[in-house]
Amino acid sequence: MRTTITVNGEARSLDLDPRTTLLDALREHLKLTGAKKGCDHGQCGACTVLVNGVRINACLSLAVMHDGDEVISIEGVGTPDRLHPVQVAFLNQDAFQCGYCTPGQICSTLGLLAELEAGHPSQETAPGAKPEFTGDEIRERMSGNICRCSAYPQIVAAIRQAAEQMA
Amino acid sequence: MSSVADWEATPNPVKTNRAGLIGKPVDRYEGPLKVTGTAPYAYEVQPPSPPAYGVMIGAEIAVGRVTGADLAAARAAPGVLAVWTHENAPAQPPRGTKAHPRSSAGSRPALDGDRVTYWGQPVAFVVADTLENAVAAAHLVKLSYAPETPNVDFHGRLIDGVDPPGEKDVEVGDFEAGFKASPVQVDETWTTPIQNHCQMEPCASLAWWEGPDRCIAHTSVQMVKPAQHGLAETLGIDRDGVHLMTRYIGGGFGGKGQTYDDLTLAALAARELGRPVKVAFTRQQMMHGTIHRPATLQRVRLGAEKDGRLNAFSIMTWTHCHSDGAFTEHASNFARALYAAPNRLTGHRLVKLDLPHAGPMRAPGEASGTMSLEVAMDELAEKLGMDPVQLRIVNEPPVDPENGRPFSQRQLVRCLQEGAQLFGWDRRLPQPGQVRDGRWHVGLGMAAAIRGNFLLPAKCSFSVDAEGTITVRQGMTDIGTGTYTVLAQIAAETLGVPLGKVVVEIGDSELPPAPGSGGQFGAATAGSAALAAGVNLRRAVAELAVGDAGSPLHGGDPEAVTFQDGVIALENRSETLSDLIRRTRPEGLTVEGEIRPAQDAQRWSTQTYGAHFCEVGVDVVTGEVRVRRMLGVFAAGRILNAKTARSQLTGGMIWGVGAALTEGNAVDPRYGSLIAQDLAQYLVPAHADIGDLDAIMLDEVDDKANPMGIKGVGELGNSGASAAVANAIHNAVGVRVRDYPITPDKLLAALMARGL
Repeated sequence: MRTTITVNGEARSLDLDPRTTLLDALREHLKLTGAKKGCDHGQCGACTVLVNGVRINACLSLAVMHDGDEVISIEGVGTPDRLHPVQVAFLNQDAFQCGYCTPGQICSTLGLLAELEAGHPSQETAPGAKPEFTGDEIRERMSGNICRCSAYPQIVAAIRQAAEQMA
Repeated sequence: MSSVADWEATPNPVKTNRAGLIGKPVDRYEGPLKVTGTAPYAYEVQPPSPPAYGVMIGAEIAVGRVTGADLAAARAAPGVLAVWTHENAPAQPPRGTKAHPRSSAGSRPALDGDRVTYWGQPVAFVVADTLENAVAAAHLVKLSYAPETPNVDFHGRLIDGVDPPGEKDVEVGDFEAGFKASPVQVDETWTTPIQNHCQMEPCASLAWWEGPDRCIAHTSVQMVKPAQHGLAETLGIDRDGVHLMTRYIGGGFGGKGQTYDDLTLAALAARELGRPVKVAFTRQQMMHGTIHRPATLQRVRLGAEKDGRLNAFSIMTWTHCHSDGAFTEHASNFARALYAAPNRLTGHRLVKLDLPHAGPMRAPGEASGTMSLEVAMDELAEKLGMDPVQLRIVNEPPVDPENGRPFSQRQLVRCLQEGAQLFGWDRRLPQPGQVRDGRWHVGLGMAAAIRGNFLLPAKCSFSVDAEGTITVRQGMTDIGTGTYTVLAQIAAETLGVPLGKVVVEIGDSELPPAPGSGGQFGAATAGSAALAAGVNLRRAVAELAVGDAGSPLHGGDPEAVTFQDGVIALENRSETLSDLIRRTRPEGLTVEGEIRPAQDAQRWSTQTYGAHFCEVGVDVVTGEVRVRRMLGVFAAGRILNAKTARSQLTGGMIWGVGAALTEGNAVDPRYGSLIAQDLAQYLVPAHADIGDLDAIMLDEVDDKANPMGIKGVGELGNSGASAAVANAIHNAVGVRVRDYPITPDKLLAALMARGL
């Protein structure tokens, strides 16, 4: 099926098998291998990308459902020479080891920051209250992104550093 | 042959640390690539032409035979290029064949027979033009089996346990007599379940051929040479015919210490089809198709005097391995070096089962073994009415209690004392169940950590080019441990150049061989070879300078040449490294270095040590346990990079939290399969599970360990961490659950049994 998706600001027209996930479209068709396949079942978060500004698991979504959507993958966040503040923070805080979950953690961080900004509540948010930028909020909202190297304390520190720098 | 005395006496640039790069918490060398998603893992390497996609199909019996295969529908499906079972897979040499006698691994054939020996064993393979077509065709493969009754009941077959091959129980003194005579005793049994590595990157391989004798393979593996040799033997080509690369590895933890059928099948299919083929395990396939940490049953007996001194101790471990295997989870071994006691008995019993292959997983032995002994010590402290930290200090041995060797370095007591102080251990109330915080019962627990230290033979090359750039080349791997970074630091410090002037190339079978990542020997082994290469390059550069009439250093003493900020100097005479090389060796200069274990290394007991302190909250209504605070204090020789080392340690500690509270796989006795087959069922720690957690490293140099005085940290953090959590739970609510993981159902049952 002919599908046009704006990926990292560029319209990409693809002729896709309707069974192709958004993740495989990125990785196998567009050669954007930053989004990772850790489980292919929405359980690990390594494939997290932003679709129209909202974070999703790219493995749980068929690519043809995204005709006309704007997708930001890790390649659209920054480059080795021009790192985004979240990427700098992950580097500075050593918020990764093997690096395989990292693009998903970073895209998820961008989603989290936008959700907090917009006042979306989480399980950690008191009913009716505006969510605050606390460790518990970060940990709750990042729990869809598993890091088996277990860089969790460093990831929370990185998110704090990034939020400070972006404020 | 090197000796420990040489290592201690000989100065070297790492020890001198003139620029201060050794130990500095610099950011990861490959970090900019990893945070931008531009570090290509095996499945992501772009081959010279479009790849075909292979999908493996696992057996749906644990033991028996594949009796038939209906492949017609799969073959007729769109885009299908090949469908293989054992009946039509390419012929391969029998398992373990070494056509080259010095191969570091034998052949690892896939689809090599009708025999099934574990559930999920790859028994069929489909290749198609796209991943979607391959997956769809795989569903059309119809296999029939002659199943046999699987022997998978570990706890029911303990009686079958035998000494592991070549091993016997180790007894010092008379354990039984010593135990019997001890006024205070602990005699309890712990069980740990099968655990899965769950590396974020499932195993994956990509292969293509450049002519009939040359296979290019990218895979995800911790040890390069055995992977290269094993594949070459499987393919029946010369060892050097395989060029194997593993530049970025999405987690290993021991589970990628070997290769699997994805590599064999990708290479075979690429040869048959004449195009690149890539094959990845699914997350579900990882659980059975790769190794796991086997379950254990551990009986611990401690006999002490009333002042706490151990008179007798024993750990006996029962564990299991695959029916054709011999891997043993040595959960008793670590205890031999830990505490003083005149009467000691340790050993293992191995039960062969029709389960997938058992193998090493982070801190093999220590991770499981400390889950019993370090809780038994807590129980003993409770019986003695003694502080658990003090009990360990009382039993601190002056020399290795098993073999009488002096310790190269041992700062366990300092780890315990500093940890206790930093954590606020004095606030712990010894009587359990005394502290409430709303609905939470709060408790503190601690445990000691120990993990052996190893050094293996390795080589490394250093090159300098006309730009003054140093390139480090080594067939080493970085599984997230920080290898790239510490090699860059060693190179920069050794040659006196900024970090930005160092290039590190690893993960390639054509580079000087190193043993890879495992057993926390990686940094010491690879780094020591790098240091040797660096020292050799310094000497070569110095001799080049003093021997060159055009150099300001001409005629000087090469031993006196200094290296700093890209400049080589002799007193007030100097020139840049790049000027010298451009003028004298414009093509660049390459030297090798090598490390071998010292001939006299066995005269010392060389270990790494630590102490964990943990605060948990337990909800006695739901049985939920939350780790609120955790601190580890560790002593592991000189630290090469304070940032990456701390990450290794905190990561290991979090593994301990997972093993204590959530991780474990159960066996389905009907099918011999593992129940948890994905990350929604096998519960590794997530962000919300981990609160305030940190690791601190004590100053230490262990010059008897290797020329750099460093030791490993990758597994140390895992050792003892689970026991600290378990002990904190007991302090919170007063019950012991000795069957890991300590899940709410078990904890509630224990609480109810106590009438709470």
